[in-house]
Amino acid sequence: MAKITIDGRQYDVDETDNVLKVALSKGFDLPYFCWHPELHSVGACRQCAVKQYKNGDDTQGQIAMACMTPASDGSLFSISDNEAAEMRAQVVEWLMINHPHDCAVCEEGGECHLQDMTLMTGHTRRRYIGPKRTHRNQNLGPFISHEMNRCIACYRCVRYYRDYADGNDLRALGSHMNVYFGRDTDGPFENEFSGNLVEVCPTGVFTDKTLGAHYIRKWDLQNAPSICTHCSLGCNTSPGSRRGELRRIQNRYHGEINHYFLCDRGRFGAGFTTRDDRPRQPLSRSANNVLEPVAKDDAIAAVRQAIASGRAIGIGSPRASIEDNYALRHLLGAEHFVNGLSAAESRASHAVRDLLADNANHIATLREVESCDAVFVIGEDVTQTAPRLALSLRQSAKTKHFELARAANIPKWHARAVHEAGQHHYNPIFEATPAATRLQDITAESTHGDAQTIAQLAFAVASRLDSQAPAPSNVDDELLKRAEIIAETLRNATKPLIVVGTGLGDSDVVTAAGNVMKALTTANDAAQIFPTLLEANSLGMSLFDAPSIDHALTQVESGDVDTLVVNQNDIFERAPTHRVDAVLKNLKNLVVLDHSLTETTARADHVLPAGSFAEADGTLINNEGRAQRFFQVFISEGPIQETWRWCADLARALGRPVRWNGMDDLITAIVDELPQFAGIQDAAPSQSFRKAGMRFPRGTHRQAARTALYAEIDVRERRPEVDADSALSFSMEGYHGSELPSELLAYAYAPGWESNQQAITRFQDEVGGHLKMGDPGVRIMTSKDNGGYTKLPQTNSDGGGWRVAPRYHIFDSESQSARAPAIAERVNGRQITVNRASADKLGVADGDSLSITIDGDALSLPVAIDDSLGDQVIGIPIGSQGVSGVHAASQVEA
Amino acid sequence: MLSVLRTIWMVLLHSFRKRDTVLYPEVKPYLPPRYRGRIVLTRDPDGAERCVACNLCSVACPVDCISVIKGEDETGRWYPDTFQINFSRCIYCGFCEEACPTYAIQLTPDFEMGEFDRQKMVYEKSDLTISGVGKRPGYNYYRVAGMAVGGKDKGEAVSESEPVDIKTLLP
Amino acid sequence: MMIGVSDSTFFSALWQGAETIIILLAVVIASALLIWLERRLLGLWQDRYGPNRVGPFGLLQVVADMIKIFFKEDWIPPFADKAVFIIAPAVIMLTTLLTFAVVPFTETIDVVNLNIGLLFVLAMSSLGVYAVILGGWSSDNKYAMLGGLRTAAQMISYEVFMGLALLGVVMLAGSFNLHTIVESQAGLWNVLTQFPSFVIFLIAGCAEIHRAPFDLPEAEQELTAGFHTEYSGMKFGMFFVGEYAGIVLISSLITVLFFGGWLGPVLPGIVWFLIKTMFFIIFFVLLRAATFRPRYDQLMSFGWKVLLPIALANIALTAAAVVATS
Repeated sequence: MAKITIDGRQYDVDETDNVLKVALSKGFDLPYFCWHPELHSVGACRQCAVKQYKNGDDTQGQIAMACMTPASDGSLFSISDNEAAEMRAQVVEWLMINHPHDCAVCEEGGECHLQDMTLMTGHTRRRYIGPKRTHRNQNLGPFISHEMNRCIACYRCVRYYRDYADGNDLRALGSHMNVYFGRDTDGPFENEFSGNLVEVCPTGVFTDKTLGAHYIRKWDLQNAPSICTHCSLGCNTSPGSRRGELRRIQNRYHGEINHYFLCDRGRFGAGFTTRDDRPRQPLSRSANNVLEPVAKDDAIAAVRQAIASGRAIGIGSPRASIEDNYALRHLLGAEHFVNGLSAAESRASHAVRDLLADNANHIATLREVESCDAVFVIGEDVTQTAPRLALSLRQSAKTKHFELARAANIPKWHARAVHEAGQHHYNPIFEATPAATRLQDITAESTHGDAQTIAQLAFAVASRLDSQAPAPSNVDDELLKRAEIIAETLRNATKPLIVVGTGLGDSDVVTAAGNVMKALTTANDAAQIFPTLLEANSLGMSLFDAPSIDHALTQVESGDVDTLVVNQNDIFERAPTHRVDAVLKNLKNLVVLDHSLTETTARADHVLPAGSFAEADGTLINNEGRAQRFFQVFISEGPIQETWRWCADLARALGRPVRWNGMDDLITAIVDELPQFAGIQDAAPSQSFRKAGMRFPRGTHRQAARTALYAEIDVRERRPEVDADSALSFSMEGYHGSELPSELLAYAYAPGWESNQQAITRFQDEVGGHLKMGDPGVRIMTSKDNGGYTKLPQTNSDGGGWRVAPRYHIFDSESQSARAPAIAERVNGRQITVNRASADKLGVADGDSLSITIDGDALSLPVAIDDSLGDQVIGIPIGSQGVSGVHAASQVEA
Repeated sequence: MLSVLRTIWMVLLHSFRKRDTVLYPEVKPYLPPRYRGRIVLTRDPDGAERCVACNLCSVACPVDCISVIKGEDETGRWYPDTFQINFSRCIYCGFCEEACPTYAIQLTPDFEMGEFDRQKMVYEKSDLTISGVGKRPGYNYYRVAGMAVGGKDKGEAVSESEPVDIKTLLP
Repeated sequence: MMIGVSDSTFFSALWQGAETIIILLAVVIASALLIWLERRLLGLWQDRYGPNRVGPFGLLQVVADMIKIFFKEDWIPPFADKAVFIIAPAVIMLTTLLTFAVVPFTETIDVVNLNIGLLFVLAMSSLGVYAVILGGWSSDNKYAMLGGLRTAAQMISYEVFMGLALLGVVMLAGSFNLHTIVESQAGLWNVLTQFPSFVIFLIAGCAEIHRAPFDLPEAEQELTAGFHTEYSGMKFGMFFVGEYAGIVLISSLITVLFFGGWLGPVLPGIVWFLIKTMFFIIFFVLLRAATFRPRYDQLMSFGWKVLLPIALANIALTAAAVVATS
């Protein structure tokens, strides 16, 4: 702790911080550009000038850059000093010299850090009348628009893209006046986290192209606190909508998960909610076998009839909330409910659940991942299945830089110096995956093999860490040597981390990780586990203790069930197509509640339009067992409603008692009936929660056009909708301060700070720290020690056949985001991959078409050679251009 | 007391003064060009729409009666896809005109827009757009803004230099 | 008190009845038209036109206003004392119209020739206070209450000076009968012999009907609308018309008491009476157009410290003169 004086007042601060961070944390309005809480200081823009005094007698003082000045004990500063203020105004004027006169046609306008800073410094009138330099723009693909004229050369973009996200196709080109930030050629950014440039750039050089297509200013957006539904990490997002249409996804700060950054799948993947082919009316199959819109009451009557007359089973979904799934389970009865996961994924997810319960005290948060100093990634290609984790792992590798800098007495915020001190030294990351991944540029050692090999490696590591752990037999020496190295590194690390995933669909991999954790934690209590699953609520589904979708299919095949009620799930993704086809043919009724036109929806007899995350409230449980609430963003026109509301309507139609009317009752009912979910009621304040008698606004305080928005339909203004499910309001009315529960923070704005990444400062305990009212969500996993090590699984030692390696793709493998037009544009040419030896064996060359049979389904795709794959392993692309529901144990024939 | 009587007398003398009232509608009053009446959308000197759908009028409006939805043509030029003013709410304060960075939205000296049906007070873009430049001749926003649009490439705006050649090594 | 019918035959009783109704209607219609007249005159003196759109010269404005006021919601506040609230506006109409019973329009046109006519006038105007104070009190509204209280004080005070001022006239005529008073002015109008009396009566009369400048009870700047804040529809209309009936009444009383009533050369009596009355009506409008509203304390001190001594002095002088000449 140090005491520093700013403008005559003394503050207790952390002496390892710089003055800019300290001043911002203490609530000062100090302008800055190049500094960022995650990118730290380079002192490039000269904007954060303050006056520093030697001592109390010094009246002269000297100008210092706050971001490059340590907050050392006893130092004196003045922000309001005239000379400093004048300098800041001059700096903005220089920066603005070449800025084009185009705020009116700039997507950043209204949430622009540059606008904020010009106002904050008082530079409101241009004096420069000479020629401005101009630049040509590049086409940066479907996600990001480029307008180089607006650039003020703060270098934030390249520092984020290259130094933080480890991308290398964005560069600073040219020199002095000609500096240009772009790619060598037109084309989309290769890095999976390029979308953050939109928020990192303090002005409008990089803007969100998907927002631009149906643009609306920030102040007009109706936002809600939401959770990304495109992977299991549960990043917090702030979707914005206008006129009942989702317009964009923005990052919502969560101090323990995503903090300032999202992945591109999360940021641009919400386009599936605005697709034209999406069911927006209840549909019923007509006499001539076409799905036709029907009235809501007719649809309920028809579905009621289908459920009442048949033997129905409900299929839940890992994409849907706990509430939706519970309501379906409640409608049809616990014994007529399956969790909607494929058999293999269900086994793996249950294994993860047990792994978390065993290690409840060692579960890392995404933020903690960044500070781990040795990582062992078991089986998962995290860049493709849990992308935001890859960004955090990259930071954990770079934690080494801070270590080295500390040794060299360099302050942690001195970004350039830290970078130089670190050079190419990274903390070790070990990867065991079927093939090379996007993380290979920072991994210390990668092991590639099929699921069995990966599990064996992990078991071997466990046995090397603790001799009590069972050691695998008949493992080749090469693998044992690697296990030795990994075990050695993990043992010596102060905070080792194990990452394991269900992507391979192999529970042995997960149990092997469990053994490694057990071995690690006996020696080092700081060891952490960070599992990933495939979908937003996969872990929540495993907590239901329901059988997998296999059970439902078997029941239909045996004739015990003739009606399926499917909630936001596509059965074709969960089981082989030929099997699902046969099952659907034998069905009397297929009822689908969904927000997307999936293959299953297209085959349904009755479709009820369910709300997506944007039109529903619900709770999701992320990979660390954290229950988080997402809130309805807008009320859609027409009968779209939450699945749990449809289920309640159906239950009432069936004459069954329904204990809930709104979200609060529903959650109470869930916790009463299923104690494993105890805690989800604390994931967000209840509907009746108020601050000073006020709700919490979804709209900004300056939402415009309220009396004209729907005037062409009816000149009388609409009454604002009342939210029966949450404490948020569907208007601009409510509490506008910063002391609100973090769960209810719909968007970030603070007076003078319009831009998301900067405004959030006012809601944090310290800049870049936790949210001051607590980070959202509650961990609900209760500790349950299952005792000793898991025994080794039976290995099937037939070395002859082909084995499957599921190959995920960030933009293709998650079926909701893959439906978003912008994301779909980024997916093309997915291939079956094999190594050269296998290719020779199959008699194919790179680019040839290969036909294979996988779990009985035929698949024909071009082949690509990937030598990182093991022998006899076929990499199968998961997603729209490949197949779904494939796992390590799938049967494949070439 | 006398002053009261004097006042009474002076007021009485007003019987012979000319009346100030203008007998509208028989006599039309003179309205200065900057009178704040019916709102119009003007065009730039080249005849193209001036409005760029920046939404500043919408947010400046104290009664929130302007709704603008942005459109973008294939050359990147912004224009209002819809521009809607609910005149039944408008208070003719002129803030929209003040806020407009392109001089597109202007108030005119016409106030005779009463309707019996309130729905008819909702004016669409086609009702608002006029074919002239209004009070601001000569100004064309896209000629000074840095964005490239149809008919004006990068570097062709007022006081702009040629686009930088980033491949050159010359300083 | 006896209200005697001069002739007991059936036809004369019928004539008497018809005459009463005609006078009543004439007074009410005149009062209503006054609204138009006042607005036109105020317009004239303020260099405007006033209502000139409905009918010739805007004369039908009164009809339009009446239609409007009849169709307006007649709202009684839930917190008001309902019975009193309803009675109050009726009282003001009733007392004002009853006073007209004793006003001699000409020698022959009147409702009743009462020997204590002047006392009846004073009695009725005292009752008029009730309308205002009851209206103000029953509204259960602070503005109405304050308006009512002010009115009570104002009217009771000014009634004193009004009565005292009239004593001179009574002494000269030797009667309370208004006919006698008019006839006593055949030679010389009272305004010449009783000028102070006339001025006091003019001022006090103005205060009695709380017209500008003595409209403190309904001073809108401080009391919104004073005692009738809560009134709407026709009840408000009755207060409104009652005020204008008051103007007609005070104007005709001035005519009768100081300007020789119907007396005048050439023209018939009723014409003289109407001309004189109309003059004072217009004068009252002019007062409203030209004077400022005094403060409440100024109003009271002006009454008690100026008007009262003058009135008393006038009585003494008149008495002395009467004694001296008799």
